[in-house]
Amino acid sequence: MTPRRLLALAWRESRFARRRLLLFLSAISLGVAALVAVQGFSANLQAGVRDQARALLGADVSLSARQPFSEEVEALLDSLTAAGVRSARVTSFASMALLPRTRATRLVQVRAPEAGFPFYGEIETQPAGRWEALASGRNAVVDPALMLALDARLGDSISLGEASFEIVAALESVPGDIEIASAFAPRVYIPARYLAATELLGFGSRVEYEAYLQLPAAGAAQHFTEAYEDLLGAEEVRVRTADEQRESLERAMGRLGSYLGLVATFALLLGGIGVASAMGAYMAQKQETIAVLRCLGATSRQVLVIYLTQAAAMGLAGAVVGAGLGASVQWLLPQLLQGFLPVEVPIGLDGATILAGIAIGLWIALAFAIIPLLNSRHVSPLGALRRQPATAQEEGVDGYRASAIALLVFSVVLLLMIQADSFQVGLALAAGIFATLGVLYAAATAIMRSVRSAPKHALPYTARQGVANLHRPGNQTRIVVLALGFGVFLLANIALMQHNLLRPLRMDGASERANLVLWDVQQDQAAEVERILGASGLPVLQRAPIVPMRIAEINGQPVQAGEDEDDADDGSQTEPERWAVSREYRSTFRDSLVGSERLIEGEWWTGPTRSPYPVSLEREIADDLRVELGDTLTWNVQGVMITTVVTSIREVDWARFEPNFFAVFPSAALEAAPQTLVMLTRAPGLEARASAQRDIVSRFPNVAVLDLTRVQAALDDVIGRISTVIRFLALFSIATGFVVLLGAIATSRIQRVRESVLLKAIGATRRQIGAIMATEYLLLGTLSAIIGSGLALLAGWALARWLFEVDFGIPLGSLSLLLALTGALALGVGLWASREVFASTPLEAIREE
Amino acid sequence: MLIAKDLAKSYQSGDRTLTVLQDVDLHIEAGDFVGILGPSGSGKTTLLGLLAGLDKPTRGMVELDGVDLSSLTEDGRARFRRDRVGFVFQSFQLIGSLTAQENVQVPLELRGDADAASRARALLALVGLEDRRDHLPTQLSGGEQQRVALARAFVHSPRILFADEPTGNLDSETGAGIIDQMIELNRAAGTTLVLVTHDLELAARARRTLRLANGRVVADSAVTG
Repeated sequence: MTPRRLLALAWRESRFARRRLLLFLSAISLGVAALVAVQGFSANLQAGVRDQARALLGADVSLSARQPFSEEVEALLDSLTAAGVRSARVTSFASMALLPRTRATRLVQVRAPEAGFPFYGEIETQPAGRWEALASGRNAVVDPALMLALDARLGDSISLGEASFEIVAALESVPGDIEIASAFAPRVYIPARYLAATELLGFGSRVEYEAYLQLPAAGAAQHFTEAYEDLLGAEEVRVRTADEQRESLERAMGRLGSYLGLVATFALLLGGIGVASAMGAYMAQKQETIAVLRCLGATSRQVLVIYLTQAAAMGLAGAVVGAGLGASVQWLLPQLLQGFLPVEVPIGLDGATILAGIAIGLWIALAFAIIPLLNSRHVSPLGALRRQPATAQEEGVDGYRASAIALLVFSVVLLLMIQADSFQVGLALAAGIFATLGVLYAAATAIMRSVRSAPKHALPYTARQGVANLHRPGNQTRIVVLALGFGVFLLANIALMQHNLLRPLRMDGASERANLVLWDVQQDQAAEVERILGASGLPVLQRAPIVPMRIAEINGQPVQAGEDEDDADDGSQTEPERWAVSREYRSTFRDSLVGSERLIEGEWWTGPTRSPYPVSLEREIADDLRVELGDTLTWNVQGVMITTVVTSIREVDWARFEPNFFAVFPSAALEAAPQTLVMLTRAPGLEARASAQRDIVSRFPNVAVLDLTRVQAALDDVIGRISTVIRFLALFSIATGFVVLLGAIATSRIQRVRESVLLKAIGATRRQIGAIMATEYLLLGTLSAIIGSGLALLAGWALARWLFEVDFGIPLGSLSLLLALTGALALGVGLWASREVFASTPLEAIREE
Repeated sequence: MLIAKDLAKSYQSGDRTLTVLQDVDLHIEAGDFVGILGPSGSGKTTLLGLLAGLDKPTRGMVELDGVDLSSLTEDGRARFRRDRVGFVFQSFQLIGSLTAQENVQVPLELRGDADAASRARALLALVGLEDRRDHLPTQLSGGEQQRVALARAFVHSPRILFADEPTGNLDSETGAGIIDQMIELNRAAGTTLVLVTHDLELAARARRTLRLANGRVVADSAVTG
């Protein structure tokens, strides 16, 4: 038979099944849609990053340091300027802003650029074009969020330290900035030349000094890096080129795309399961036709090709529909991710993404369809003679079947690997998915068994019949529970993660924990700050001195500082991590442990101490420095060398917003060193917090006050928005679950119509038929939701305990809502899909026969 | 044309072996019309299945048109049927999604004949259904469906035709018409005809009848006259 004739026969044979087949195969549409939406968005995002590469940094090269540039670096910058290289300095630090008109305060991120910055790209403002006006006077351009928080208007004066600035515009967009980062501290731009007037760059402030360079020729950035790497490294100056910035953003955005793509892939795989189940049912209905074809001389290969062609055509149609849907919803993702993206995402249709989506959809549809299709090989031609299910002649796992299963497993693993861009992650995810589905399947089987054996005499007839439908021959209970349950599992997991990650940060009214952190308090300001707080009735809950320092020697060996912190670790287990060696430590001294830490090794010091002083290290930093109890560390404390011996290791709960430290010294070691103070207090109520901040900032503008309730609100916002995006993609999974439910109902349509007609013929009312079906669908939805969320609770508990190491709590509200919605939707979708069963009269059914 | 030697078929039912057919020896000449007669459960359909190569015997062999069916694979037997065997079933067994003409075309299309459509139309005309060729099986009466099935059975000019209770689902008048048509086509094409029935009247129209009981041939008109 020629391929053309075989295709024609396949097409004709599908005449009455096309709609049903398309419904089966549309289970993959939603997965393809999610995948195409994510990949299309990701491609556009990457294109945006590439197109706006130089604007992302604003220059060809940037130099940055945590301390003012050394004389050597300044000399280098001077020589470059002399050679015609344009440069602009930007100084950034956190500080309190006060709006005198409203007397509102807020912790802000101050950035003071010199005129000319940025060299590339444009900082957009509202009203437009005001960026250039920044340098023309004591002007400020501020985050819209800050305008809102301070109730500020254009033209208002804003105080930073000892200087005031006029707000001339609100920021609209800054290339390369992840806007959401400003949720913690909104940005305020002021001209560099008025920086000194603020008097905020005092001792102990955490300042970032940057110089942005515009090099004369393309490719010069690479030469620059190579030429000055060693000098700048030695001076602890970090160099970043526009290309590096682009690459790092591309990596970050690639990871984002890959992560979202994985969530989309779950929907696709779920669709695959729907396809497998529906094809199984379809092939069971086609047994008699296949037996006739075999009688008439069709070979098993011809039969397989006929049905494979049908599956491929409908799979292709499903994938095309999905790709179209995905392309049309991809513009939603930049909206949902607003604030997380460093560039404006161009909206465009990426042909390659759409084609890849269609190809992947078709591939997954066929990979899942092939196992039920292979059953056609076992249909005996005798079935045509005997008019009974022509059962398989050689059931069991033969070579073809084993290959099909292998192909399926390989496809799933490969798809996940491609999405995760990692062999291990792909494999682990595949194992996780198979395990989850296995547990769902087992749970569904167990429930069906227990439903069958449970006494039901007390139930009314309609309920009894509805329950019985869950385990009648040809039921689709397992597959529906699998598909809906997996969708619920994903959504419940997201709710659990969101709840448990945010819970430790919650500060409810009853908590006695601090909610205001004051830092950069100078020694001579401490007493007055305490007095101001005391006058408002606010207790100082904790008071920690902070001494900046660096590591000079480990066990007598001088350390090589100044390496780029981003450099890949060489993986050595004996060499300390570079970042741990080169960073600036902000350590404290005290003679007792605090609530957020716990001694896990060694002993805390008691009594007087002397050089070499004991020091207590946090567990992970000790690991990264590769030091143990008894090792010697020498610290450079602003020029003075202090030698210490590691006498204890602490476990620190970083999730608590309290001053925690990598290194804690005995008081005797650091008392005399120049230091600033961090103070913690608790102010009940919004007004008390606002007035405390106002009082401190008006008296000591250099003191920064962090309102932890704002941090919590910002984190709520960030995690909430991330959850929304993931939830949006997970919705494709649960929607796929409902398509599978529709498919399952369509599969048993004839049987259901026949039964309902029989019941009607012997006197059942439409209401009774409806009650039977309502019981079945409500049970299906609710059971799926219970099993899915039960499994999510287990997974969430394990993740909370071992991965995130937080206490586990259950968001009862959102989980109950999820259960109720799934049950209600299953009921609604089920009854809607069965409207024909309600409507059919005995006569119509007989005609259909 | 058709030789069966020491044919037996048994099934395993739990621990028990169920023998449904045994000791069948047959020799059917080309162009003959043989009726296989017997009550329900006597093994008629099993014998038909074995003779047509739809099933494999537990013991013995079948040689059809010079080919030992046991030497062929499952697909080999399918190809053999495609070229040389026609079928008529009690329940017509038309493919519900195909029109009358498309149903008739199937055997030709399966072997890739280029003139499938015109041959099918000619056969439908022969059974008097040329104006019904675009109708689906559900739009045809039982008698019409069986005539379409007849056209399909003869469309590829088989060497032998197996019919399993071809009138079982029809009223007697329509059934008689179908048998007339089948015998006519058989005569015209020179096809060997093997017909299974429990209808004595229908069996009487065969040139030779075999009577089956309890899985054995208990009478053969060729032997007993």
